[in-house]
Amino acid sequence: MIRTTPFHPRLSQLNTQGLYTHWQGHLSALRYTHAPKHEYFAVRNAVGVFDTSPLFKYRIHGPDAERFLAGALVRDIRACATGQAQYTLWCDDGGFVMEDGVVLRHSESEFLLTAARPCLGWFEDLARRLRVTLEDVTDAYGMLAVQGPRSRAVLASLMPEVEDLAYSRHLQATVAAASVTVSRTGYTGDLGFEVTVEAQDAVEVLDAVLEAGKGHGIRPFGEEALMMLRIEAGLPLIDVEWHDSRLAFTDEERVTPAELGMGWMLRGIADDDRPFVGRSAIRRELTGRTSRWASVGVVVDWAHWNRLHRDAGLLPPKDEHPLPYQSMLYDAATGGTQVGYTTSFLYSPVLQRHIGLARVRPDLSDPGSQVHLELAVQHHTARVSASTAGLPLFRPARKTAGR
Amino acid sequence: MTGYDAIVVGGGHNGLVNAGYLAKAGLRTLVLEQRHVVGGAAITEEVVAGFSFSTFSYALSLLRPEIVQELDLVKHGFLPLMMPSSFHPTGDGGYLLLGDDHDQNVQEIRRHSRHDADAYDRYHHDLDRVVQAVQPLFDAPPPNVFGKDPEDQADVAWLLKHLGSVEQRVMHDVVRLLTGSASDWLEDYFVHESVKGFHASSSIIGSKVGPMSPGSGLVLLFHKMGEHDGQLGSWAFHKGGNGGFTQVLGRAAEAFGAEIRLGARVGTVLTREGRTLGVALEDGTELLAPVVVSALDPRRTFLELLDPLELPADLVDNVERMRFRGVSGKVNFALDALPVFPALPDTVDHYGGFLNIGPTIEYVERAFDAAKYGWYSERPFIDAAIQSVVDPDLAPPGKHVMSCFVQYAPYHLRGSDWDTERMRFGDTAQAVLEEHFPGFGDLVLHREVVTPLDIERTTGLTEGNIFAGELLAPQMYFLRPAPGWSQYRTPVDGYYQCGSGTHPGGCVIGSPGRLAGQRILRDLHPGVSGAHG
Ligand SMILES: Cc1cc2nc3c(=O)[nH]c(=O)nc-3n(C[C@H](O)[C@H](O)[C@H](O)COP(=O)(O)OP(=O)(O)OC[C@H]3O[C@@H](n4cnc5c(N)ncnc54)[C@H](O)[C@@H]3O)c2cc1C
Repeated sequence: MIRTTPFHPRLSQLNTQGLYTHWQGHLSALRYTHAPKHEYFAVRNAVGVFDTSPLFKYRIHGPDAERFLAGALVRDIRACATGQAQYTLWCDDGGFVMEDGVVLRHSESEFLLTAARPCLGWFEDLARRLRVTLEDVTDAYGMLAVQGPRSRAVLASLMPEVEDLAYSRHLQATVAAASVTVSRTGYTGDLGFEVTVEAQDAVEVLDAVLEAGKGHGIRPFGEEALMMLRIEAGLPLIDVEWHDSRLAFTDEERVTPAELGMGWMLRGIADDDRPFVGRSAIRRELTGRTSRWASVGVVVDWAHWNRLHRDAGLLPPKDEHPLPYQSMLYDAATGGTQVGYTTSFLYSPVLQRHIGLARVRPDLSDPGSQVHLELAVQHHTARVSASTAGLPLFRPARKTAGR
Repeated sequence: MTGYDAIVVGGGHNGLVNAGYLAKAGLRTLVLEQRHVVGGAAITEEVVAGFSFSTFSYALSLLRPEIVQELDLVKHGFLPLMMPSSFHPTGDGGYLLLGDDHDQNVQEIRRHSRHDADAYDRYHHDLDRVVQAVQPLFDAPPPNVFGKDPEDQADVAWLLKHLGSVEQRVMHDVVRLLTGSASDWLEDYFVHESVKGFHASSSIIGSKVGPMSPGSGLVLLFHKMGEHDGQLGSWAFHKGGNGGFTQVLGRAAEAFGAEIRLGARVGTVLTREGRTLGVALEDGTELLAPVVVSALDPRRTFLELLDPLELPADLVDNVERMRFRGVSGKVNFALDALPVFPALPDTVDHYGGFLNIGPTIEYVERAFDAAKYGWYSERPFIDAAIQSVVDPDLAPPGKHVMSCFVQYAPYHLRGSDWDTERMRFGDTAQAVLEEHFPGFGDLVLHREVVTPLDIERTTGLTEGNIFAGELLAPQMYFLRPAPGWSQYRTPVDGYYQCGSGTHPGGCVIGSPGRLAGQRILRDLHPGVSGAHG
């Protein structure tokens, strides 16, 4: 049986399309109106809400909770203060990425971890004799992402304390008589927050947010808009940018944190002595410089794109729906060798360019390296010029800025 | 040295685009704008505290995408917010609401006419083919078909080759649109009066034609030449209004090194022996440069900034004969809340784009009648937009700004004048809105009425013509603004034209500024590859 989220009773009323996909066994709206792009613009220009409840949520607590997480996660949880959120990865022994998630630290000894895939078993196996309790609280909470330049004004009208909530911090507050956790986090690359609320209060909290957002152009957005937003923001998605290393057949299918563009998480691990799963392999990779790929953005040469299509008698397409397959990247100099591939590719309305998330040979990771991207034009393969760029491709100051 | 390489007269969007290209190529470029703000007919002003009105032009489509890239506009804040819908009340309490989803649009048309459901696809496809055929001409300078030198002949050969490559059926459609009426064109596809009315709305914008007049087909096609994100004919509201867009252009031009001087009204272009020397401001200041570009309309470019005696008589004749008959006004509202359309009481989405008040072709044609006899429509056509629905920054939370483009409002009134009629003109528009949105009047917090005379006074657009010269076949392409002078040059060496009165024409489009920029740079650096290379 397909499940529904705690916000579903209200959000389904607002869904004029009846278009859903299945997200970890839950109905998840693809879009609410006929125009996903409009929902996307709500986030880039006003405010939108997204139901992210299907994420798995694990409460991790006990005297050894910190020690436990320090040993399980790639980033050092000890650097995550109470009231802070930390985006992190976890790896297998080979230093290959399994999953990513966000940890909210609620106290010295209590954490909430969200993850895209179930992972309780793996964490439990690691807990061994540590004094730590892991609870799957996935169904007990709804999570509502409130994202976009107006998100702060909307939430602050309900909870004034949100006004000063810094990037990557969280706090407890009350909305519609319900207690909620509000974190300055999200998956859109914009100014935004996520509100975690007990399931039974979810609809009331949602109603309060929608009401507060009325004059601000608020609207719910679905997965289609989310996909555009997260690609512009350079945020990788499991099973698109990478596969859980435990479920991969070959190392070719696997990526390391550095290869996934998360090298910044590894700063300092050469010197500190924190043991965590995958550490030795990761250190070997870093010292031996054996990373096979670098994650970069690619930006297509617009004039070449237009010319290729016009010469074929077509109107140059600018489709904001991601390509459902990977495109190969070739060396621009020789035209011959394959030097990488895109994992996500679409036309970005705010950047007015075709962009992609890609993996290229490390020597091409410098922004501005020239590559050729393979595409199909009129039943023929063609190659369009593109250059590499640093991630994220879209990075508004408001995302991390104070009030 | 304080000299400039180029002076651009007029900081409307075309002047800014032109300055951007010149500065990007390394020319020390100065823009002189008479007003306290750049943008010309594309400005957004906070008329009442918290409410930003796009005083004149209000939506974006025609802007050539190349300009966005070549002038790095994204870096400076370019952000077109796609319109999610187009709303067309049918006059009987019903409506046509079209959006982004093709299949749902077909069903919406089918709700009104089963016949028109599949015509809808055919119509758009045929129109796209026409746009595709015309686009290369749109994006390049017109060949000088009267010229005899090898470059002209090469350009003409390019044109003929291109036309020769267009499919017979498409070419026929091109001619039908360029010469015929929108009504005739639409009748080949649709039977339902409101479906035709909806599609006819763009055929009269800014033009002294009714949808049944020959020539309205050209206006319709012109308004389909635009695009957003590869969707031909689609429209958007720029973030912060069209004034938000021209601010982006101003920043981009400055980033390339152009200097913009506000409050600087140019009186004359200085010449000696057939060459330009620079300009004299009205306050007497002289500013020198070997290149002067007029971004004003052809009347001002040739007859005001220059002494017509310096020009060939046939050019002066042609510019005097050029038609500038403004027929449009604006009525802009600050609203306390969204208006209510009785058949859609609880939704917002029908207000996301254009609200097209002109239910049928006949309604619009009757509105046009008045204009033929020197009067404004008692029941005008209105192209309305509540921009604050997609851009909440334009109004305080929960409140709205509504832009109404009102037609017909002929510049020359018989037996009265616009300063006398301003209020009543506003009332006629408001009365029509009241018909469709009962209770509308109670929502009005502030009303701004912009007559064709106001357009002329503020922007300098002759007779308030929004395109700086009507979109009439004899004033288009290699005839715009005048035969022999369609390539951005003038008879005065070093003096160029880049306003909407040059090819391809009006709207917030930027092409005149861009193509003129290319012309100037090629004249300065001969040998750089040709226009159609
Ligand atoms: C009411 C109205 C609604 C419209 N709606 C739309 C729309 O929704 N979408 C669209 O695409 N197009 C629309 N248009 C058309 C479009 O706005 C114009 O075609 C376009 O903006 C003209 O740009 P321009 O740069 O050629 O000229 P202008 O914008 O007219 O710029 C000329 C500039 O020169 C300045 N100037 C004049 N004389 C002098 C002088 N002597 N010295 C110095 N400076 C001087 C003026 O102040 C002005 O800034 C509309 C126009 C009007 C009037």
